[in-house]
Amino acid sequence: MSDQSKRDSATPGPPPLRWESGLEVKPVYTAQDVEQSGGSERIGAPGEYPFTRGIHPLMYRKRPWTMRQYSGFGTAAETHERFLYLIKHGQTGLNVAFDLPTQCGLDSDDPMAEGEVGRVGMAVDSLADMEQAFADIDLNRITVSLTINGAAVPVMAMYFAMARKRGFDLASLRGTAQNDILKEFIGRGTWIFPVEPSIRLIGDTMEFCAGHAPKYSPVSVCGYHIRESGANPAQEMAYALAIACAYVDHALARGLAVDPVARGITFNFDIHGNLWEQVAKFRAGRRLWARLLKERYGATDPRAMQLRMIAGGGGGGLTIQQPENNIVRGAYYALASALSGTQTMALCSFDEAYTIPSENAARISLRTMQILMHETGLCDTVDPLAGSYFIESMTNEMERCIEQLIAELDGQGGIVQSVAQGRVQAEVNRQAYELERRLQTGEVKKVGVNIFAEEEQDREVEFHPYREGEASKQIERLRRVRGDRDGAQVKRLLEQVRQAARAKQNVMPAVIDAVEAYATVGEVCDVLREVYGTYQEPVRF
Amino acid sequence: MTDEQSGSKRIRVLVAKVGLDGHDVGAKLVCRALMDAGMEVIYTGLRQSPDAIARAALEEGVDVVGLSILSGAHLPLCRKVGQALQDRRLTDLIWIVGGNIPGKDHAALKEIGVDGVFSTGAPFEQIVSFIRQKVAS
Repeated sequence: MSDQSKRDSATPGPPPLRWESGLEVKPVYTAQDVEQSGGSERIGAPGEYPFTRGIHPLMYRKRPWTMRQYSGFGTAAETHERFLYLIKHGQTGLNVAFDLPTQCGLDSDDPMAEGEVGRVGMAVDSLADMEQAFADIDLNRITVSLTINGAAVPVMAMYFAMARKRGFDLASLRGTAQNDILKEFIGRGTWIFPVEPSIRLIGDTMEFCAGHAPKYSPVSVCGYHIRESGANPAQEMAYALAIACAYVDHALARGLAVDPVARGITFNFDIHGNLWEQVAKFRAGRRLWARLLKERYGATDPRAMQLRMIAGGGGGGLTIQQPENNIVRGAYYALASALSGTQTMALCSFDEAYTIPSENAARISLRTMQILMHETGLCDTVDPLAGSYFIESMTNEMERCIEQLIAELDGQGGIVQSVAQGRVQAEVNRQAYELERRLQTGEVKKVGVNIFAEEEQDREVEFHPYREGEASKQIERLRRVRGDRDGAQVKRLLEQVRQAARAKQNVMPAVIDAVEAYATVGEVCDVLREVYGTYQEPVRF
Repeated sequence: MTDEQSGSKRIRVLVAKVGLDGHDVGAKLVCRALMDAGMEVIYTGLRQSPDAIARAALEEGVDVVGLSILSGAHLPLCRKVGQALQDRRLTDLIWIVGGNIPGKDHAALKEIGVDGVFSTGAPFEQIVSFIRQKVAS
């Protein structure tokens, strides 16, 4: 025995280490660990079931990830300018932020909207706003993602109406709506209607797209916000997959076929935290989604089994303290995303702990992704971590962990019931508290916060200006739209929305007709609120 | 030592989300922290109007009202809440605000009548001791 190994065996091993998800990490991995954790048979080839290594055979060698920063503020005119700016700087997709009144289904002149119009996103009241926001943008070249949930039905209807009016064929229109209401009940909170009709509305959009806009993804299931609310990475993936299954179940119960429905579902995940844990989470999640589709639902189209995702953001990992550090964090989060085979990436900007991103901060995020893409060799080869004893072992363990969490949810009556009763919320909240406590006691280390902290004055951060004047402009514009349209026609078309909702028919065709006649987001949602009622939050601790 | 252990009357706190902002992680964390410190906490849930918050504060007979705002709309919203509290003669209440509040706005909030402002990441202990001190005086 060499002196070195004598010394190793004599000294005690390092203390046990666990990831946030609870998986234990060993100091050294070997081929034996891969075998013991489930073997390497299911790694497979890129672009082939079960898609552990990615959903395309050549991944970034053929097509690098889409860069799609979340943006939107003020009026449609202001947002349009930012869109053009981002496209000019090389962004390849748009990810639209709507203001809170729009997200909550209220018009800009609603009393509850006061002070919120155009603040955290673009204000959209009517089709006129949608037309202005996307004027001159080629919707075939720049794919658009609409971050809209509770009010997804009227906003998607406006997007489709706008596209059709501009001469784009819905049959070939690509794009995504977030439209994931179950996660809004867990975190983020822009719900409007009770759980059951909310899911039915998502069913309406899935059914509409399967029939009329087959290339459009009507639902992007978000583990992201569940993670931001406190869930660990394994829970993030488990809850997201369970939610996606709930939408598939609903669609199947309505008589839709599994393949087109599943092809229309995409995912949105978070990327902050332990880098290896994120990689294992994504590889395991991709494999498990493929297995669920095939084994549980009998899907036959490989595309229906592919977990397509935007993996980005990372806001929960950013800090108010020493905000420039967030630029560095963003770069590492983007690295995790690229190593995980994402289709689309977006990064929270370094000033997001303070404000909505300034133009400068948004450009730095974009440049971060471009540097990774063009300077570091990340696109050289597919799934470069594949075959690592460590990564494959942890992918196996993560898959088992996520599967177990889904089984637990199923055992408790499923995710829909768990959310309706507030159980998931309570669990996520409990974890958020635990993590915050560990941060405050220094058990979890955060640079600039509980280690290497500096006495600092309030930092000079360039704030994105909120222009009060823009809100009154928006209200004037809304009143002009209401004055110029055919009021009797709008009334009649809104009545058709009401009839469809009452009869439990698909409301999408009636809503598209109504918004084409310039019915507003608030008017459509008011009709639906009258029929469906409003969600009552179960507050549980 | 919690308030219960010290034998003093338990401090009652209303934690509220005003306006349309759906970010409630921080509000719920503070609820738990105050409960762990022995206070009685009533959480309103999301999307409360200023008037509903003042009404709840009156009906629940709380000592403290805590608002959580992360949308950036803290100034217009707090003006309205301040008015609603005044309308119900609740100006003796201790009023704290937390969330995404830049330092440059702290003075304006104090002018509206807010007693304490706690930005994201403020240690629980700081919030708890602020409330205890204010209630004691």
